[in-house]
Amino acid sequence: MIELVWLIPIFPLIGFLINGLLGRRFSEKTIGWIGAGAVGASFVVAVSIFFELLKLAPGSRSVQKIMYSWIWSGDLNVPIGFLVDPLSVIMIMVVSGVGCIIHIYSIGYMHGEIGFRRYFSYLNLFVFNMLILVSANNFLLMFVGWEGVGLCSYLLIGYYYEKKSASDAGKKAFVVNRIGDFGFLLGMFLIFTVFGTFSYVDVFSVAPEKLTQGGVLVTLITLLLFVGATGKSAQIPLYTWLPDAMEGPTPVSALIHAATMVTAGVYMVARCSVLFAMAPTSMTVVAVIGGATALFAATIGMTQFDIKRVLAYSTISQLGYMFMACGVGAFASGIFHLMTHAFFKALLFMAAGSVMHAMSGELDMRKMGDLRKKLPYTHWTYLFGTLAIAGIFPFAGFFSKDEILFYSLQKHLGFWILGAVAAIMTSFYMFRSVFMTFYGKSRVEHDVAHHLHESPPLMTVPLMILAFLSLVGGLVGIPIIQGGHVFGDFIGPVFAPAKAIIDHGAHHAEHPSVAVEVILMAISVGIAIFGLLVARFMYITSPESPDRVIERMPGLHKLVYNKYWIDELYDLLFVNSIVEFSRLLWKKFDETVIDGAVNGVATVVQAFGSVLRLLQTGFVKDYALSILVGAIVVISYLVLR
Amino acid sequence: MVTLEHYLVLSALLFSLGMVGVMFRRNLIVILMSLELMLNAVNLSFVAFSRYLGSIEGQIFVLFVMVVAAAEVAVGLAIAVAVFRQRGTINVNDISLLKW
Repeated sequence: MIELVWLIPIFPLIGFLINGLLGRRFSEKTIGWIGAGAVGASFVVAVSIFFELLKLAPGSRSVQKIMYSWIWSGDLNVPIGFLVDPLSVIMIMVVSGVGCIIHIYSIGYMHGEIGFRRYFSYLNLFVFNMLILVSANNFLLMFVGWEGVGLCSYLLIGYYYEKKSASDAGKKAFVVNRIGDFGFLLGMFLIFTVFGTFSYVDVFSVAPEKLTQGGVLVTLITLLLFVGATGKSAQIPLYTWLPDAMEGPTPVSALIHAATMVTAGVYMVARCSVLFAMAPTSMTVVAVIGGATALFAATIGMTQFDIKRVLAYSTISQLGYMFMACGVGAFASGIFHLMTHAFFKALLFMAAGSVMHAMSGELDMRKMGDLRKKLPYTHWTYLFGTLAIAGIFPFAGFFSKDEILFYSLQKHLGFWILGAVAAIMTSFYMFRSVFMTFYGKSRVEHDVAHHLHESPPLMTVPLMILAFLSLVGGLVGIPIIQGGHVFGDFIGPVFAPAKAIIDHGAHHAEHPSVAVEVILMAISVGIAIFGLLVARFMYITSPESPDRVIERMPGLHKLVYNKYWIDELYDLLFVNSIVEFSRLLWKKFDETVIDGAVNGVATVVQAFGSVLRLLQTGFVKDYALSILVGAIVVISYLVLR
Repeated sequence: MVTLEHYLVLSALLFSLGMVGVMFRRNLIVILMSLELMLNAVNLSFVAFSRYLGSIEGQIFVLFVMVVAAAEVAVGLAIAVAVFRQRGTINVNDISLLKW
């Protein structure tokens, strides 16, 4: 079965081709189920490969399958090959599983949209690229998927391309991602010059010999790779595209900008764990950027009123957590949080989409309230997602977040504080969104209120599945009990080399006692509940208090509400200067030099032509005369020579 | 005794005559006739050389030239007729449409 790993990306590709090329006459139902079925088939294959993998001994759960020699030129030999190991299998299952659920939800959500077929073909193309990204066995093939998801992200954000803001957001996402890709590409080149190969297995096995621990080269490689990760995974400083990406249809936000694509950076860092482990400086950078992003995005999330934007900033913040986990060496925890986050964030986005569906497209939480009776399923599932993300026991987020906080404390108290403060804020803004949307007094506009309706089963059933996963998804990572951490045991061997390197250098910290773990857990839950209570007080008990808080510190609120004016700052510093420079090139260089050269050539040719034209009189006898003269000249030359 | 030179001189004279006709006459029909004259001048030298060298190739060429000349006259006259129908003249100075 493991041999059949190539089937996994093939199914969505086939779905894309069928829908994209032949789907013109298909009904919506057919198109939707072809799309969902293709991803579902991948999921089935992935699960069977997962069980196959479980049968192998833990140490030998890494199988490569080379399909085809893609590039073979001199020293460069790049195959189309797949690597099946616990890390990639988990990623494949998350991508195809959550992807399939979101496809099914989309059939309901996108019902009646113009471009239904286009939407589903792009979605399948996206899943194809994402699966290539996570299952590739070398950097170059991963980069193919990496760029492919970037392209699909652009296409899907700009899905409503008639809308200026949507097409702008698509362009922004693409350009910002390109900046990150630039770093990734340079990192890849460096890897090739050092190792002479792109294959993960080869690179990581010889890395400890070829590179010096903590050396400049390995630090440079990892930092460049991390630049790529910040672009794709929306970290400081390249996070600005993600909030704007909410212009796309909501299931796209759920699939691409919450559950799958944005986690590619985390996956990549985890995949390169050996390299990162060898560069402590890079690890610190990753952890600091991650922690800072977690906190920074959470503060913005607290002030936004657009429900999808709240979720977008929350995604950035949670991705920051994952990077912090990787940065402190807890790669397994980072991937664990990636998985649970995929469940509850996809759920939250789709529930928000369900609210939006009911509210005729309204996203402003100030115009919602008291929707829980009208939208019972949406309310319950959204609540489940919120409980999970806030980290309330025993929901999925609790286990993964707690684990990250635990490892950050082991590394440095500062990281723990960053994470804990962000966790309070997370809990606060998530419950704020719950209370503003589903509780309190209804602020729904009159004509919208008439149309309030629960979404069809095609949308609510996927929500329920994800709500269930948000509830139980964390149980694979129960801490404390020795040997009970199923997830950690499964994925551990992938990170064993990196762990060995880290432990080798550092003075071995003794394992904290169970009591410390329990206390930390209690603190985590306490933090989450504290956030809940604050949100409850501010938005249920005394709804006027938020305004009072704003009055108390208007400057701060304005700063945060406007997202620290980072977008404006970037516009000022980078965008405008580049635009101005481009305009200069256009007006001055292009129009005078380039166009001048081209037009100059044309003018010269024309001038010659207008002179030579006089030779063409139109009288045959003139031509005959010239032939005669020519013949005479040639003959006399030959004769008189 | 008529030698090769006599034939060649006659041929050259006929050829020059035809060429002058092509160049200085304006009537399309006359130009075509002059062309025929040139071709036949060439034929004459072919035959003369064939006889002089005792080889048959020259005469074969003459047959080819005659065939081509016949075809050319057919096409040329057809064009002349068509031009006349179109423009009412076959004066070549009046049909110089291919220049810009």
